[in-house]
Parts: sequence; structure tokens; C-alpha cells
Amino acid sequence: MAALERWPSDGIPANPGAWITTTARNRAIDRVRRARTLLAKTDVLARDAAFDAAHAQAAQIAAAEDELDPIPDDQLRLIFTCCHPALAPEASIALTLRSLGGLTTPEIARAFLVPEATLAQRLVRAKRKIREAGISYAVPPADRLGERLDSVLRVLYLVFNEGYDATAGEALIRRELCVEAIRLERVVADLLPGEPEALGLLALMLLTDARRPAREAADGSMVRLEEQDRSRWDAARIAEGAALVARALAMGRAGPYQFQAAIAAVHDEAATAADTDWPQILGLYEVLGRLAPSPVVALNRAVALAQVAGPAVGLAAMDELAGDPAMAWYRFYHAARADLLRRLGRDGEAASAYDRALALAPNGPERTFLERRRREVAVSGSAG
Amino acid sequence: MRYLLMIYADPATMPQSEAELGAMWAEYGSFGNWLEETGQFLGGEALQPVTTATTVAVRDGHRILTDGPFAETKEQLGGYYLISATDLDAAIEAAARIPGARTGRVEIRPIMEMG
Repeated sequence: MAALERWPSDGIPANPGAWITTTARNRAIDRVRRARTLLAKTDVLARDAAFDAAHAQAAQIAAAEDELDPIPDDQLRLIFTCCHPALAPEASIALTLRSLGGLTTPEIARAFLVPEATLAQRLVRAKRKIREAGISYAVPPADRLGERLDSVLRVLYLVFNEGYDATAGEALIRRELCVEAIRLERVVADLLPGEPEALGLLALMLLTDARRPAREAADGSMVRLEEQDRSRWDAARIAEGAALVARALAMGRAGPYQFQAAIAAVHDEAATAADTDWPQILGLYEVLGRLAPSPVVALNRAVALAQVAGPAVGLAAMDELAGDPAMAWYRFYHAARADLLRRLGRDGEAASAYDRALALAPNGPERTFLERRRREVAVSGSAG
Repeated sequence: MRYLLMIYADPATMPQSEAELGAMWAEYGSFGNWLEETGQFLGGEALQPVTTATTVAVRDGHRILTDGPFAETKEQLGGYYLISATDLDAAIEAAARIPGARTGRVEIRPIMEMG
């Protein structure tokens, strides 16, 4: 990756985010220039001319202005088009990253662990659908904006999660996904400042990404929130994220992203793990559980409950979720149960739960962490 | 652009009583009027149930006839509208207004324009 290859020798630029996005955009512009030359020569490519022209226009104006935000309206139109609900989410993700994110097809394929040919086909089919089914290149009218915005936010949230989650591909690609998700979400939030969920998602991304520098240990294992060196957290992002959440919530139109962001803000504003306001987090999870119930939210609520009322109470809440088939396959469920069992001294059961988590865990920092915990609860005489 | 809107429903969910059927036809009447008023109506009909269907295939010059639809599915094609709409969003707007969309599903397919 160009950015990270240069930094050690040049020193980290004052605004690394801008450097990365400018690099990505310059690469996108180069590609677009090559495509336009080809466009002039080939009829086949001319069928995609309308779509590529929109992309080219956005990128070209960026080059001309040499700023972080090219003609915003073009970007917004393109985002809404790429994220139209008539397209499958994985198609929207690929198209958004390709058209707006300055990522190449091989980079996107590697990020999502999909063969390059599959991803290329996905892009071709998505563009074909936009053209054949008549998806307009437009910002939706006010009465449809809310529902269309949901699709956009979902796509960007998925991109961010893929970048942040340890299951994604190489570290460098993952970092670029987060950068791109944040950059595009900024465009959306800046242009739709009256939409609290847009602000909420941006806040959530900033507050989560702020912790990134402290997430990985020297041995490559994952450092959990409680153990992270908080002095490495990005204070500027935390301040910005916290301000955004406050502004969003003040609009009085509650939504799931706002509440997830509020939870992240409570974590990020604790000077030490011990200072974490768990009762507030528990309360926020209970509201979130009513707004947007999901197994993940129920699990996180149980974790917060354990912090407030002790591991036995938390474990009881977790065991109530055991009937949900989604939980059986959710590695964080088993890891969280294992943790509480370990804290209660029930090592044998903890070991089994860690085994189930490991069976579902990908390679990488997360696995290393789980294996270490598994060793700690190893019971003499039991199988490894 | 032209689109075909195909209305699929589980026959078990269809209205049974005279009163309910009457109400449903009235709603479809309103929908048809709206399509006309907005200049989108090109055609549309309700279809007899799949129990009245006949399927035809020709293989090696032989006609093969089967009693029933080409595929036995729970949700069945009950009717269609052919519309002219500015774009997919307009077609979606129309499809969402179809009374059958509330209990069944409407498939939107763009017409392949030739020439």
C-alpha cells in the first residue's frame, strides 16, 4: 500500500486520513482517465458510458479542486445509486467501493475474501441491472429519503465492519476499508445534516476507529477493550464522535446507529476500564434492544449486565439466548460465555465454550487471544 | 420505460366471502384508475387460478401438454399490469400500491425493448 510504504521514512503526515484519501482518489482518477481514453475507442464500453461518466465527473472535479470534497452532489447521487435497495447488499458494497472508494477490483476481492473473477462479475451484473432496470442516477425525493438512506448507511456500516473486524483480509486492506467508509459517511452526513442516523453512524465509526491503534498486541494477538492502552486512542476522533452523538440525539429522532454510537462514546470517555459507566451502557443496550432487537444486542446487553450485577447474573441472561439458532453459530456468544464461566471458576465448561468459539473463529489476532484464554482454563486430564 | 408487474399470491390468503371479494375488486379498480390518471397504464388483467392452467412444450417436433402451471409453487401468478414508468423507482411506487402486495408479492420485470 502506497501510504504505509512511505510513512516510516517520511514520517507520518499531519493529516494521514487526507493523504490516504487523496492517494486513493488520484488512483481512481488515473483509472478513470485510462477508461475514458478506452471509452472513446470502444463501443462495448460505451454502453456503460452513462455510469462511468458520472464516476469520471466526480473524480475529475476532485482533481481540479484538489480538495477532500469534490462536487458533493455528484458523490451523493452516486452513493444513492450504488446503494439502491434493488441491488443486493454485496453488489452495492462492491459498486460503492469501486466507484467512490478508489479501490481496485482485486483489492475489493481480497478485502472480502472473494475470488477476483466473482467480484468482477458482481460489478458487471450490478451495472447491468442499474441500466436495464432503469435505476436513476439521482438523490431520492424527500418522501423516500429516509428509506433510501437506510440502504446507504447499511452498506457503509458493512464496509466499516469488514475493515474493523478481525475476520477480514490483510491488515492494510482492512485499514483502507475503514478509511473509505468514514470518508464516504462524512460526505453523506455533511450533505444530510438533518438526518440524525447519518450523524449517528459517522459518530459510531469515528468512536470505534479511534480505538484502532490500541487493538493489536506486539505478538499480533487482539487486545480486548479492558486491556487496551487508552493513551493510544485517537482523542480527536473521540471528541468529534462524542459531539456528533450529542448533536444527533438532540434532534429527538432516536435510531439504532445513534444508540450504538452513544454506547461507544461511554466506553471511549472512560479514562480507564474501571471508570467505565456500565450502568449507563446497560441502559443504552436496553433501549437499543427495543429499537433494533438482534442477537448481538441481546448478547452485549448480557455482557453489560454481568459488569453491573456480576458474572452469574450475566451468564443467566446469556443462557436464555441459547435457544436462538443464530447464537449457536455466533463465535462471540461462545467467547463471552466462556469468559463469564472462567470468571466463575467453572473451568471445564469454560474450556468447552472456548473450544466452540475457536471452532468458529478465523485465523488471526482473535484466534491467538482465544487460544491463550483456552490454555488458562485447561483442566488437567481433559483433551486439548 | 416499460415494466411488467406480476402479482403472486398464496391462494389460501385470497378473500373468500362475496363482501371481501367485492372490496378487493374495488381496490383494484382504484389502482387501475390511478395508473390511468398518471399516464402509466398500458394493460393489465386478472388471471384465472392455476387449476385452469395448461402448459405446452414442444420437443423434437412433439407437443407435450400438461394440466397445471409450469411449476407448482405455493404463491401463484394471479394477475399482471403492463406499465410505462419513468424509472425503477416509479415502477416500485406503482407495485407497492397494488393491493396484492400487502399479502403476496409483486415482481417487477423491465421489458426488453427491441429495435
